[in-house]
Amino acid sequence: MAELGLQENEFKNPVVHWIDARLPVFTAMHKEYRQFPTPKNFNYFWNFGALATVNLAIMIITGIFLAMNYNPSTAGAFDSVERIMRDVNWGWMIRYLHVVGASLFFVTVYVHIFRGLYYGSYKKPREMIWMLGVVLLLLLMATAFMGYVLPWGQMSFWGATVITNLFGAIPVVGHGIVTWLWGGFAVANPTLNRFFSLHYLLPFIIVGFLVLHIMALHTVGSNNPLGIDVKGPQDTLPFHPYYTVKDSVGVCVYLIVFAILVFFIPHQPLLMDPNNSIQANPLQTPSDIVPEWYFLPFYAILRSVPNKLGGVVLLFGSIFVLFFLPWLDTSPVRSCRFRPIMRWLWVLFVIDVFVLGYVGANRPVGIFILLGRIATVWYYIHMLIFLPLVGKLERPLPLPESISKSVLGGGALPSAAAARPMEKA
Amino acid sequence: MRTLALAAAALGLALSALPAAAQETPPLPRVFWSFEGPFGTIDQAAAQRGYQVYKQVCSACHSMTQFHFRDLAGIGYTPEQIAAIAASVQVPGPPNAQGQSSPVPGKPADAFPSPFPTQAAAEAAFNGAVPPDQSLMANAFEGGPTYIYAILNGFRNPPPGITVPPGRYYNIYFPGNLIAMPPPLHDGAVTYADGTPATVPQMAHDVATFLYFVANPHADQRKRIGVHVVLFLVFVTGLTYALKRKVWSDVEH
Ligand code: HEC
Ligand code: HEM
Repeated sequence: MAELGLQENEFKNPVVHWIDARLPVFTAMHKEYRQFPTPKNFNYFWNFGALATVNLAIMIITGIFLAMNYNPSTAGAFDSVERIMRDVNWGWMIRYLHVVGASLFFVTVYVHIFRGLYYGSYKKPREMIWMLGVVLLLLLMATAFMGYVLPWGQMSFWGATVITNLFGAIPVVGHGIVTWLWGGFAVANPTLNRFFSLHYLLPFIIVGFLVLHIMALHTVGSNNPLGIDVKGPQDTLPFHPYYTVKDSVGVCVYLIVFAILVFFIPHQPLLMDPNNSIQANPLQTPSDIVPEWYFLPFYAILRSVPNKLGGVVLLFGSIFVLFFLPWLDTSPVRSCRFRPIMRWLWVLFVIDVFVLGYVGANRPVGIFILLGRIATVWYYIHMLIFLPLVGKLERPLPLPESISKSVLGGGALPSAAAARPMEKA
Repeated sequence: MRTLALAAAALGLALSALPAAAQETPPLPRVFWSFEGPFGTIDQAAAQRGYQVYKQVCSACHSMTQFHFRDLAGIGYTPEQIAAIAASVQVPGPPNAQGQSSPVPGKPADAFPSPFPTQAAAEAAFNGAVPPDQSLMANAFEGGPTYIYAILNGFRNPPPGITVPPGRYYNIYFPGNLIAMPPPLHDGAVTYADGTPATVPQMAHDVATFLYFVANPHADQRKRIGVHVVLFLVFVTGLTYALKRKVWSDVEH
């Protein structure tokens, strides 16, 4: 049948059949999003990857419409954003979606990451998925940072000045790098131009890495709340309709949260700093330069070191260390459900990151200096000492025989039973 | 909705309370605004009175460059009233062959003219301080319109031991307490068209309402649409959840 090298396929629709024989996209979709065998015991934390993907789509669509009316020049940027807010049809909604979307993007991604930490999703054979995820996080941070500069408000300008100056801490070449980043001797028009260009570019690079992330996932298969391997077809369900519909529930709830923020409290200071309603003024420093909430934990790490270079190293180190997590964690057990010590250390680690965020929001005086240092040290101890050591010392609970056995109550463990209401929901 | 905002603020760990803590300014007074909450709307009569205060008082010093005469429709002015208001104000006309422009009567599509031709001219008039543009003033401070209200009501005689340099005025709500704005309001500073007694708190409340509208001209529409969007999404969520239950009903999980 395979005449002239045409791809065989079973699609009934003649057009689909014809296309698929020459470009097997329908076969690929069928395989990856319909049949894809997915563990049957996901809980709702497995929604957050899909939520982040929806969020990315919202950012790209709203961003393209913003860019149609945005003027990337220091003289015109602030006014053009105001024109979007006032005069462009639905401009206010497009911009609020983009602004709120930036914050919610980080919410979804952070939950997604902490989920991975708890259930050991970074361990063999998923190291590549995890490392591509860290790349996505770095790209997202760069995109959000440069986007925040575009409206050219006070926080845009001063945030950009503070963050780009960090590179000045690099010995010898630091100042050269900063000048190169700025395209001049201060954050000014050339800086804004290149940030706009890169802010438009990076989301599409993110799309590219997302494709790789999913390809890696579909090569080795998903992890699950038990962290044990899939033993056979009885442990899985086809992705469609089971998980398409479950992800849709998550997306709907998520859109409700999105809508409440966009339509009722878009000016909440965590979403939009009041200082960014004032046009950038290089001659007037705001009383507090505070980054967006999603950067606060890292900002706290930066400021907890009295030496600038040291702070910058620890700041970047706190993200780069994530690349090595698959090898730092020595435990053969993935899910913290069966790791009596690590599950509590995980809780403490989450608290630690919140403490860092709290410290980052406050001036580095008094108790906040000490708190910031303790929390920074704890962050690194968790990564560099607890993960390797506890993996060796801890006695994991017995693992269930298989996903389906555990689901049906066979070999059930107290912790697995306790977690069931969550999966049911 | 306020609880939601509060929860969000608490979650982000009280970021908002921070800058104020550094200066010795009292907490802002508790003021009621008609536009608070998810169903609140801008009180158009108050906003119209506020426009009168803006026009007769604030516009002598503060610019409002993003706001156009036509935008007044949002607080209930008719097209005829707007045309008349615009025509009563001189705006810069188109430049002639020599590049000079002479003032002409405004049209509804014109932006409000600025009191000072340049930033430097404003600085010269106020010992280096500049009256900030009022287009976004209600969003530009922690506390928003409440802060504007507080500043306008916050002028006091300085406590003993504090010397106020010339060109500065003592204001309890201003960071550092020494503001370059002379007290702009006094009782009876304007005569309201609707007969409302023009006390300082009344005028401050009205002008802050107007400035909230200026900074958020779509706020009422935004919330109105938001109610529909959220209701619709709740409905769709319910349907999707029912569908999920149905699809999963044959699975042991
Ligand atoms: C006589 C000129 C003048 C008038 C009239 C005037 N202002 Fe001001 N205003 C100023 C100046 C100058 C500043 C800058 C103060 C400073 O930075 O110290 C200012 C600052 C402000 C501020 C900002 C305070 C801050 O924290 O930075 C607000 C709010 C304000 N004015 C509101 C108003 C309102 C509302 C009116 C009308 C009722 C008004 N002003 C009328 C001159 C004026
Ligand atoms: C990864 C996805 C993205 C993130 C996280 C992101 C983030 C941001 C942020 C934080 C801002 C500042 C918001 C503000 O205060 O106004 C911003 C502004 C902007 N973004 Fe994006 N963005 C993304 C994708 C895009 C895309 C794909 C485009 C264009 C195709 C775009 C175009 C713009 C424009 C024109 C602005 C300036 C207008 C404004 O400030 O509202 N963005 N972005």
